[in-house]
Amino acid sequence: MTSPLQQKIKITGPSMVTANRTSDGVVIYRTAQQGWSASLSDAAIVRTSDEARALLNEANADDVGAIGAYIAPVELKEGGEIKPGNLREHIRSKGLTIDLLPA
Amino acid sequence: MYAYDELDRTLINERVSEFRDQVKRRLAGELTEDEFKMLRLQNGVYLQLHAYMFRVAIPYGTLSSKQLRALARVARRYDRGYGHFTTRQNIQFNWIKLAELPDALADLAEVGIHAMQTSGNNMRNVTSDQWAGVAPGEVEDPRIWSEILRQHTTLHPEFSFLPRKFKIAITASEHDRAAIKVHDIGLRLHRNADGETGFEVLVGGGLGRTPFIAKTIKPFVPGRDILSYVEAILRVYNQYGRRDNIYKARIKILVHELGIEKFAREVDEEWRQMDGGGLTLDHSVIEEVRSRFSYPAYEKLPHMPDELKQAAHDPLFERWRKNSVAPHKVQGYSIVTLSLKPVGGPPGDATADQMDAVADLADRYSFGEIRVGHEQNLALPHVAKRDLPQLWKALDRIGLATPNVNLVTDIIACPGLDYCSLANARSIPIAQELTRRFANHDTAEMIGRLHINISGCINACGHHHVGHIGILGVEKNGEEFYQITIGGRADENAQMGALIGPAVPYAEVADVIEDIVEAYLALRDRPEELFVDTVKRLGVEPFKERVYATR
Ligand code: HEM
Ligand code: SF4
Repeated sequence: MTSPLQQKIKITGPSMVTANRTSDGVVIYRTAQQGWSASLSDAAIVRTSDEARALLNEANADDVGAIGAYIAPVELKEGGEIKPGNLREHIRSKGLTIDLLPA
Repeated sequence: MYAYDELDRTLINERVSEFRDQVKRRLAGELTEDEFKMLRLQNGVYLQLHAYMFRVAIPYGTLSSKQLRALARVARRYDRGYGHFTTRQNIQFNWIKLAELPDALADLAEVGIHAMQTSGNNMRNVTSDQWAGVAPGEVEDPRIWSEILRQHTTLHPEFSFLPRKFKIAITASEHDRAAIKVHDIGLRLHRNADGETGFEVLVGGGLGRTPFIAKTIKPFVPGRDILSYVEAILRVYNQYGRRDNIYKARIKILVHELGIEKFAREVDEEWRQMDGGGLTLDHSVIEEVRSRFSYPAYEKLPHMPDELKQAAHDPLFERWRKNSVAPHKVQGYSIVTLSLKPVGGPPGDATADQMDAVADLADRYSFGEIRVGHEQNLALPHVAKRDLPQLWKALDRIGLATPNVNLVTDIIACPGLDYCSLANARSIPIAQELTRRFANHDTAEMIGRLHINISGCINACGHHHVGHIGILGVEKNGEEFYQITIGGRADENAQMGALIGPAVPYAEVADVIEDIVEAYLALRDRPEELFVDTVKRLGVEPFKERVYATR
């Protein structure tokens, strides 16, 4: 996956803005209420590049609360459920894909 | 062990309180992330996918039991109960909270551990042979020189703002366990015809996007001149090294562009003009550093104690001994490698409980000393042979007696996409699957020495270029793919592996590796011919035919 840090703002499908919380690094998502949530289901969904840029700018303005904000794809399921749009975001939202102790 | 002096302790403590203040200001919003980033990187703090990552230096891979317990405490108190030993004699914690980092640093400072020189464009932790000071036939303990370089370069202005990070490794043995040929500067300690000790100096090695094997620029630099000579290299690098393009900034690129002869001439010219530059080492300075390394009071012990003769009847013990125990320079003692590569486990990880247990075992059996090697395993450097059977049982109980050192399951792997924000693909689950496929020790022994190295992106933290089999994660249309190379090696005959065919998807990697190993077993001309030697003799083609014919 090309590092999202280098990406141009041009989205091709539903997207969200994600970052890490400054105090503890926890993965967070930008909400529609101009805040952050640790749950992907609370993420504000954007559908155009302009919306995405606006959401990202808003997120970046909160330099105290969050670091490294970027836009990432999501998949929208029937009934409005939000799923991560790629493996990287899947791992960020669900955690490691490995067992920590030997099987 | 090395005893830090007052200066070091003061420096470390000052750094902790400085960082505590910086974190406080960051959390209060007085420092922006842009301003803070460089400060945190100078203290080993990165941002990964899920959290901050904290990288702590283990200079030349030597730890006391007290220090290892402190690392265990950090893992337990501030992290999730484990740490990851890396290929550059560092340990990483993956889940540290920024707000708690100053406390973690302070706890480590109490035992003389810090995170300086673990990130940023400076002189990184000077690494060395994990068997330094105990390997038979060693010229002298290379850590004395690592320490001299460490003292000179730590926070030295000229080394703190280099065009790019800078890595030095030192070995003093015939067999290079420190991978000096893939470092910016590699130093090989040896004796010249007059019996004087000095260094063969190699420059311009490195992995990453543009891999190079280091080349010799001077066959012999006397020990007393090594600081001035390294300084001359750094000056030439600082003068010509590219700061405009991060991908071209490493010294390897400069050496490649200037050519090794011209580079060597420039360095020699600079060195001549410096005329020592006040850096010529007095005998007394070298001896002062030497005197700070203490060696255990070894006993006079028999070469073959009764305990060992008896234990030899146990085939499981014998298997472990043959695999994990190496000769020591002192009769009656051994060097014991502790495999951090259990079947199904993430390579290089150790739990806090394991660290504590190893610290206790080090106190009981290894004069309180532990070593960390670039293969991501630990070692107990001074174990009396009579204690081997007891030690083995104790290690087995904590899952650290897997008899797979240097075998196919002794895999080097970077954190990959499970942790790392730069990753293209996962590394750890690939390693885990491979250890399951080759879990049978008889099979692994039959295959013999075989190093598999895995990186999750081109930065090559997992040394994939120099793995006998190298696996590199790439991305194709959002999917994880892996390029596979064979024939690389990291020792004194270091060389880059060659690509065996098109990249394969995640699900097929383990199958392909099995096929490569099968091909080797069919192609080797006798059981003693190592995998790398078969590749060297036959080239990549016969492997490619066998592996890709059916795909
Ligand atoms: C957040 C985690 C990490 C980040 C961001 C990171 C970043 C990088 C980057 C950017 C490079 C390429 C440098 C260059 O070519 O100029 C590199 C190389 C390297 N890193 Fe890492 N790394 C990480 C974790 C690790 C780990 C876990 C290890 C050890 C297992 C490691 C050891 C190395 C080594 C040995 C090299 C290649 C040697 C060379 O410098 O040529 N790094 N890393
Ligand atoms: S090789 Fe790439 S994926 Fe692996 S740790 Fe280094 S930067 Fe991360």
